[in-house]
Amino acid sequence: MSDIETATGIHDMGGTTGWGRAPVPERYEPVFKEPWEARAFAMALLSMRMSGTNLDAFRHALSRLDRADYLDDGYYGRWLHGAENLLYDSSIIAPGTVEARAANLSGGQVEEPSAPEPHRPDYKPTAAGSIRVVDAPRRFSVGQRVRAKRFDPPGHTRLPRYVMGHLGTVVAPRPAQVLPDTHAHFQGENAQWVYTVRFEPTELFGPDAERFGLNIDLYEDYLEAA
Amino acid sequence: MTEPRIPIALRTQALEELLVERGLVDPAVMDTFIKMYETDIGPLNGAKVVAKAWTDPEYKARLLADGTAAVAELGFKGSQGEHIVVVENTPDRHNVVVCTLCSCYPWPLLGLPPSWYKDPAYRSRMVREPRTVLAEMGLHLGDDVEIEVWDSSSEVRYFVLPERPSGTAELAEEDLVPLVTRDAMVGVAKVAAS
Repeated sequence: MSDIETATGIHDMGGTTGWGRAPVPERYEPVFKEPWEARAFAMALLSMRMSGTNLDAFRHALSRLDRADYLDDGYYGRWLHGAENLLYDSSIIAPGTVEARAANLSGGQVEEPSAPEPHRPDYKPTAAGSIRVVDAPRRFSVGQRVRAKRFDPPGHTRLPRYVMGHLGTVVAPRPAQVLPDTHAHFQGENAQWVYTVRFEPTELFGPDAERFGLNIDLYEDYLEAA
Repeated sequence: MTEPRIPIALRTQALEELLVERGLVDPAVMDTFIKMYETDIGPLNGAKVVAKAWTDPEYKARLLADGTAAVAELGFKGSQGEHIVVVENTPDRHNVVVCTLCSCYPWPLLGLPPSWYKDPAYRSRMVREPRTVLAEMGLHLGDDVEIEVWDSSSEVRYFVLPERPSGTAELAEEDLVPLVTRDAMVGVAKVAAS
């Protein structure tokens, strides 16, 4: 379990270094390498309903994990830790219960905390999924030069640090979607237009960068006209 | 002294027992989700889309114009596929998909992502040095090939339409399906003729 409140930033991996060589795909890889991974996957999917939250809150739960919980238990271990955090945040399970049960499964005789009174957030989605219809006209058009804002996110965001502050070009309109920055914290859907913005790597990483196009989906609130 | 970490398999078992005992999850519902993604939904779906696009030019045009609707014609839709954008690979242009922030992936077409897609080295470096990363993964592209990287940071899901390999002109649609690999539909490999 993590008691870190704000996004630690480990998850914001784009453009970071030190992770080593690229993984070589295995020819045959099972969907779940161990049976526990399948169970963790299913519980994580169900944790959003149990906790009365949403996908953005789940992603934010992952981004709040400390380094060990994020990295050391593999991908589905990360999901399990994130799911637990949603359950603790909504008081579905008391912190310490899982540890106590694990100890008891290992031959211990630890008292397990009883079920707390649930306290789910005051939140109800207006529709399934994240895509919405909005009336407002688009602020930006294809071909327009835009700058990604730079800010220290107070909570969840889907604007990665590697594009913050940089200049790009709108290359495609995308459907309006709920804004994860507020939706993850049950502070409103703020549905808004999304755009694919293309950045030059020399802009992002300096004059010696490889030549390619970097296309990323950015919510309207993340952008300013350049 | 820090507490030793609880082994993740044990932790998972402990949580499931607690949730089931307290009536918070139904193990049968869990089993249904697991079966869905272990056996029912996987890259075979995407391969069918690709084979159809290769053999039916009008379908390919619909696929590139509105990926969500076109893949739904074949029955593929649902969670993590609510808005699909198909990007086409050509001899001059190679597309590759990543999710730097987590592991967003077009589940209805490809199932759950493989471990390499979720690897920090892939997530961090594909948006910074894609040509080098692809070469490390076994795909060597000519210097004249442009690379476009797509970071899946919203709920749009990107799907690569790979090039049809030469030497397959005689093959019928159903015989092309087995050639199309998951890796090619993410953009880290090309489809081979056999």
